[in-house]
This record gives sequence, structure tokens and C-alpha cells, in this order.
Amino acid sequence: MNAPEAKPDLDSLPIKAEAKQLNFYYGAKQALKQIDLPIYDNKVTALIGPSGCGKSTFLRCFNRMHDLYPGNRYEGEIRLYPDDVNLLASAVDPIEVRMRLSMVFQKPNPFPKSIFENVAYGLRVRGLKNRTELEDRVEQALRDAALFGEVQDRLQDLASNLSGGQQQRLCIARALASEPELLLFDEPTSALDPIATGSIEELIHALRDKVTILIVTHNMQQAARVSDFTAYMYLGELIEFGWTDDVFFRPKQKQTEDYITGRFG
Amino acid sequence: MSTHSQIAGRLAHRRSRQRKEKLIELTLLSAALVAIATTLGIVFILFSESLVFFRQVPIWDFLTDTQWTPLFSDAHFGISVLLSGTLTSSAIALAIAIPMGTVLAVYLSEFASPRTREIAKPVLELLAGIPTIVFGYFALFFVTPLLQKIIPGLPGFNLLGAGIVMGVMIVPYISSISEDAMRAVPVLLREGSYALGATRLQTAFKVVVPAAFSGLAAAYILGISRAVGETMIVAVAAGMQPNLTFNPTESAATVTAYIVQVAKGDLPHGSLGYQTIFAAGLALFLITLLFNLAGYWLRRRYRETY
Repeated sequence: MNAPEAKPDLDSLPIKAEAKQLNFYYGAKQALKQIDLPIYDNKVTALIGPSGCGKSTFLRCFNRMHDLYPGNRYEGEIRLYPDDVNLLASAVDPIEVRMRLSMVFQKPNPFPKSIFENVAYGLRVRGLKNRTELEDRVEQALRDAALFGEVQDRLQDLASNLSGGQQQRLCIARALASEPELLLFDEPTSALDPIATGSIEELIHALRDKVTILIVTHNMQQAARVSDFTAYMYLGELIEFGWTDDVFFRPKQKQTEDYITGRFG
Repeated sequence: MSTHSQIAGRLAHRRSRQRKEKLIELTLLSAALVAIATTLGIVFILFSESLVFFRQVPIWDFLTDTQWTPLFSDAHFGISVLLSGTLTSSAIALAIAIPMGTVLAVYLSEFASPRTREIAKPVLELLAGIPTIVFGYFALFFVTPLLQKIIPGLPGFNLLGAGIVMGVMIVPYISSISEDAMRAVPVLLREGSYALGATRLQTAFKVVVPAAFSGLAAAYILGISRAVGETMIVAVAAGMQPNLTFNPTESAATVTAYIVQVAKGDLPHGSLGYQTIFAAGLALFLITLLFNLAGYWLRRRYRETY
């Protein structure tokens, strides 16, 4: 491996979650094939690949979103550490899984409620009623999402009055409020302009110290900018995984190189 | 030369196309105008005929008198007597139809499997297709005897039985529009809620219902208009006795029931007694107009841009 000295040995890094021999089926159609992928603790891992390669499908396995629709089937495991639980086990309640993981979607999807209530939603769902604690945690989440300064005077305004970029940061705050162990981003900037995209990217980079992040992106520059690790997927298979600069500058697979240099995809 | 004639031909073709477009536009416009003209005609008749009535009966008496005896020699014209019947029966109907319709819509939109939905929806629409006279006799001969077992001394004609059956009749109107509104809520909003660990029930009532609120308001307003304007059920099952009461276990006439009673009777056209039906109709019209305006305002106030 060509990794420079500065990079620690992969074996020494703590792992937050790990896909093991993961297969996924939409009905009879197999969408993910034998995926093995470690998600390192407090790092940003980017999933890249052409449309339809299964990167979003893979992301949505982590919080069992596929359980919402009939006919979907998982095989294999996604283990969450340190307690080493298999998130995909049928004995594990998907709601329990979603209590521990949060997700930010392609398009900002604030609820038709106030800014405050949007961030408080996950906490209320978890049964938190104490007003001062709610206020503290909403404020903290908004600060972590770099939004508090812009909205502190209008927490009771409807969230839909915010700009697109602010709405997406609100959704990040909403995802952070419940202190997730793993934060999933599904192309979080695909509906945003370049300036809003820049602020979200900065935020993702900064959040790394607080939470482990897995991000699906269409945009390779974005993967290069925000992530520590990159996984390249193609047709439901994991083609290559490694340190982001290795994948981008010293890809081991010809396919990865073709995709990254724009000859394909 | 040939290009010249080609251009001339194309221009002529364009002119004939424009004529055709104009003709179609006019046809469509006149179809729309028929509906508007009908509405305006109804409003005009209501107002002009009521004017004849109000020349003889002061509006103040109409609004404040506590008796409605237009056919007696000592005639009184207190519309509140009829309105009390309308409001009581409508309140009972809505107390049943709004919760039931909403819960049903939540179930169909958020919980039911596609299969269940495909069976339940046509059945509900069937309920909406039953003639109201059938509902009226259902109230009179089935629901009221049942209620009489629970409430001894309940008269055979009563507002309660009529109101309950009216509520059942309105349920499909409310559930159908509410369900459409809820299904229009984007999947992304639901997934956002599920991803935060919410259950189906929490997602339905904390996210989908608020997001669909403008549609729900429209459904409720339609339900209110139907309840206030419903005629056959109350005429058959609530009795025709004008009675100033808000007690559902009494018999009372509603505005609509009174209009039927007079319109089918043998009062001479043009008599004051006959004119009362226009005044009563106007009162009814203004009430439904008020609710429709409220509904319009609610829809605008809570219109969701997803």
C-alpha cells in the first residue's frame, strides 16, 4: 500500500460499523452483492459510483428504511459496534435501529412545523418532555449544524420559510439532536446551489469529530473534499475501498480509475 | 413563385387553425358560464324573493323571534327556531363524521395494505351513492328504535337518530378527500419522520396530518356544507315540528325540512307563507357561504408547498 507515513494503519483504527457479506433484494432483483465494508469511527466515509450502482440502497440498509416497503429482503449483516449488534437481524426492531442512527435526505424535508419543533421532533418521539432539556438540546443541535445564529430569533417560525441551504442544515440539526451513533447522508447537496453546498460540506467535515458519517454522493469532488475514506460501487458490488486520496490518486482497480478520471459513468 | 404560394397556403392554414382554436375556446367558456349563470340565477331568485318577504316581516323579527308559526293566524317568523334544528343535527353528524372520516383516511392512507385499500375504497364510495331517502328511513326504522332501548322516552322523530345517520352518510365524503390530501404528502416527508425513529402512528398524526391540513380543512368544510344542507334524512327522521331546542333527544324541524314541507304543500304561490321558504333558503345559503369562505381562508392559510 502506498499510504504515506501520516496515515495510521487501518487495523489499528476503531470500527463503528461493518457490512458483512451483505446482499439486498428488491423482490426478485438483487441490488447489492456480497458487500464487505468497514465504517471507521469518527471518520467520513463516502460512497461513490454511477447512478443505479446501489450506493443509496446500501445506505438505506443501515437504518432499515427498506423495511417500510413490502418485498424487500436483506441477507448478511451490518454490525454496529461497540455492542456488536446485527442491525439487519429480524429480531432487531427497525425503530430501535433508527433511534440510534440518523439520516439526512437528498432534498431538504423539513416537517410543516416550526424550526424548534422540527429539531425537537426526534426527541419528542423518544419521549422527552422536559421543556428546558428540549430547549437546551435543540439549541445545541442547531449550533452543531451551524444554524443557530441565523434562526435564534425566530425559532417559532415555520421551517418552510428558510432557504434551501438553511432547510438542509435544519435537517442536519434534526438528525443530530438525538445524538446518533452514525449519521447517514444521502446526496445531501444534490438540490442545493454551490454556496449552500459549500456550507454543508464544511459542516460535514466539522461534524466528523462528533459523529461517524457515511455519505452517498454523486459528486466526486465532494467525496474528495469531505471524506477520509471512499468506497466505489458499481452494479451493486463494492469495487474498491480505501483512504480517499488513495482511491482518487492511486486507484488499484482499472474500473475505479476510469470512473474517477471521467472515462466512464 | 412556388415559395410565395407555399407561404400563402401556410398563412391560410394558420388562419383556419386560429378560427378553430377560437371556436373551441368559446365552447369551453360557454360550458363554464352555464355553471356560473346557474349559481347567479339561484342567488338572484333567493335575494329577490326574500326581499318580498322582508318587506312584510322586519329582519329584526326574523332573527330574534323565538317562534316559527308562519301558517298560523298569529304568524311568527323566528328563523332561529329552524336554525336550532339544523345546527343540532349538523353538530351531531359532524361529531361523528369528522373523527370517523379522519381516522378512516389515516388508516387507508398510512396503514392499510394496497389490497385492503382497493377493496375498502369502492365500498365507501358505494355508501356515498346510497339515496338519502334510504338513510332517512334507516334512521327512522332502525337507528331510532335502537336508541330508544338506550334512551327510554325518546320520541320516534328525533334529532339524535337523524344526526347519527347523517354523520355516517358524510363519512365517505370526508374520508375520501382527506385520504387524497394525505396521499399527496410526499414520501420524503414520511421517510424523514421514520428515519428519526417515529412509529407509523406518530408519523401519521404528527407529520402527515399537519402536512395535509389544508386538504383536511377542505374535507371538513364540505362535510359541514353537506350536513347543513341535508334534507331527506332530517325531513323523514327528525320530525317536522319547529322547535327551538338544542336537545338532540327532541323532535325538531330543520331549515331544509321546513322548505320541503312547505314547497310540497298547497300554499298558494306568492302568499307570505310561501315566501318564507325563500327567506329560509337565503339563511341556509348564507351559512354555507360563510363556511365555504372559512374553508377558502383555511386552505390559503395552511397551503403547503412541499
